[in-house]
Amino acid sequence: MRVKVDYDLCESNAVCMGIAPEVFEVRDDDFLYILQEEPPAELHERVREAVARCPKQAISVEE
Amino acid sequence: MLTGEWGIDRIGLPAAADDRLGVEWELGVAAAGLDVAARSLSLADGRSLAYDGLIVATGASPRRLPGTDGLSGVHTLRTVDDVLAIRRELDAGARRVVVVGAGFIGAEVAASCRTLGLDVTIVEPLPQPLARVLGDRVGSVIASLHRTNGVDVRLGIGVDAVEGEGSVERVVLTDGSSVDADLVVVGIGVVPNTSWLEGSGLTVDNGVLCDETTLAAPGVVAAGDVARWPNRLFDEVMRVEHWENALDMAAHAARRLLAEGRGEDPSGYVYSPVPWFWSDQYDRKLQLAGRPRPTDDLVVVAGGLDEERFCACYGRDGRATAVIAVNMAGRVVRYRRALADGLSWEQVLADAAGT
Ligand SMILES: Cc1cc2nc3c(=O)[nH]c(=O)nc-3n(C[C@H](O)[C@H](O)[C@H](O)COP(=O)(O)OP(=O)(O)OC[C@H]3O[C@@H](n4cnc5c(N)ncnc54)[C@H](O)[C@@H]3O)c2cc1C
Ligand code: SF4
Repeated sequence: MRVKVDYDLCESNAVCMGIAPEVFEVRDDDFLYILQEEPPAELHERVREAVARCPKQAISVEE
Repeated sequence: MLTGEWGIDRIGLPAAADDRLGVEWELGVAAAGLDVAARSLSLADGRSLAYDGLIVATGASPRRLPGTDGLSGVHTLRTVDDVLAIRRELDAGARRVVVVGAGFIGAEVAASCRTLGLDVTIVEPLPQPLARVLGDRVGSVIASLHRTNGVDVRLGIGVDAVEGEGSVERVVLTDGSSVDADLVVVGIGVVPNTSWLEGSGLTVDNGVLCDETTLAAPGVVAAGDVARWPNRLFDEVMRVEHWENALDMAAHAARRLLAEGRGEDPSGYVYSPVPWFWSDQYDRKLQLAGRPRPTDDLVVVAGGLDEERFCACYGRDGRATAVIAVNMAGRVVRYRRALADGLSWEQVLADAAGT
């Protein structure tokens, strides 16, 4: 799985970070950082949930 | 959608899950009555459905301003139809907007309309916006954000009447003054949709009353804006009007219902989340996690209340109760987790001292 964020859409609300903090982090500069572009299998379910819940539909995954 | 940036195509529910789940939709038919003892739901078209398990998720509807029926140009905002109706007014050239109520909906509508370059007045009876939720200090931050962006914010004053011939022309305030308006958006809170549950056997009291696990009666759970339940973490019977809670509570309630069907011990199904909410206004992303009271202590842990970004915590009796931030969402996520573990006020003060 490869995680991608469309930074033109992302509004840094950290919904994804609430679901999978191992993968997504919004720092004090108010930008979203992807901590693992290829997260391990045990995180895939939560990454998919983050994709579904992102209010801006900014996250996509290639499986 | 209000500013026209998004179209209707972008806000639908994702349909993909239906195929996998085998969900059958009964669209355009309201639930009209419930008999909990007989496990039977009656529909507005006269049919009734028997069930093993029922999830009540009928949400809430906006309060209307009394005496405005039949006057065009006065809107509440809840549904897609509402937003389309407001858009039509804007497209038709409405220029002077009065927003009644400076809650989250009112504040966002005001911000959207200012972004479109319209004249905007907010009327709010409280001394500060959201004073009953966030207290006066944070409320005044929101008031000055709107003033800086050119909104005429009228605090501590109510609406006496909305006047016009057929369509709205002016809003008369309780001090006798009046504001000209082509469009009035009313954001004065919502009422849970429970009228169809009269005589059902469920306890309805500002929402469907559930136990700690979201169970409202044998075979019935409730979730979302319509549900009220004792949240152990905050020692409060609460009803939460947030998107995130609607999703989480729905999933929880479904699991609880299945567990009940299997006769499982309910003690593993206590629902005690830290409510989480955000609101975008101009270039500010405000986020709130937890359950503050206006009388709580407030301590800034990063940035400053008058700055472009800050993070602050609420607390009482030695415990943190909530965190609020502007343009610092990552902090809210971290504090939200800490709040779930019972964050002490001492820790908050230490965090504040460290910045
Ligand atoms: C303009 C606006 C902006 C918002 N912004 C935010 C935000 O930024 N962040 C946030 O956290 N929350 C926000 N909210 C709140 C959030 O949208 C609600 O908390 C959430 O929609 C609640 O979901 P729900 O499913 O419980 O209720 P609803 O979304 O109200 O859904 C209830 C559904 O039940 C249907 N229904 C009602 N009665 C019946 C009946 N008798 N039979 C059958 N069906 C029935 C309704 O038609 C509706 O489709 C906002 C709300 C609005 C209106
Ligand atoms: S949930 Fe979406 S919009 Fe929010 S920070 Fe993550 S990617 Fe960005």
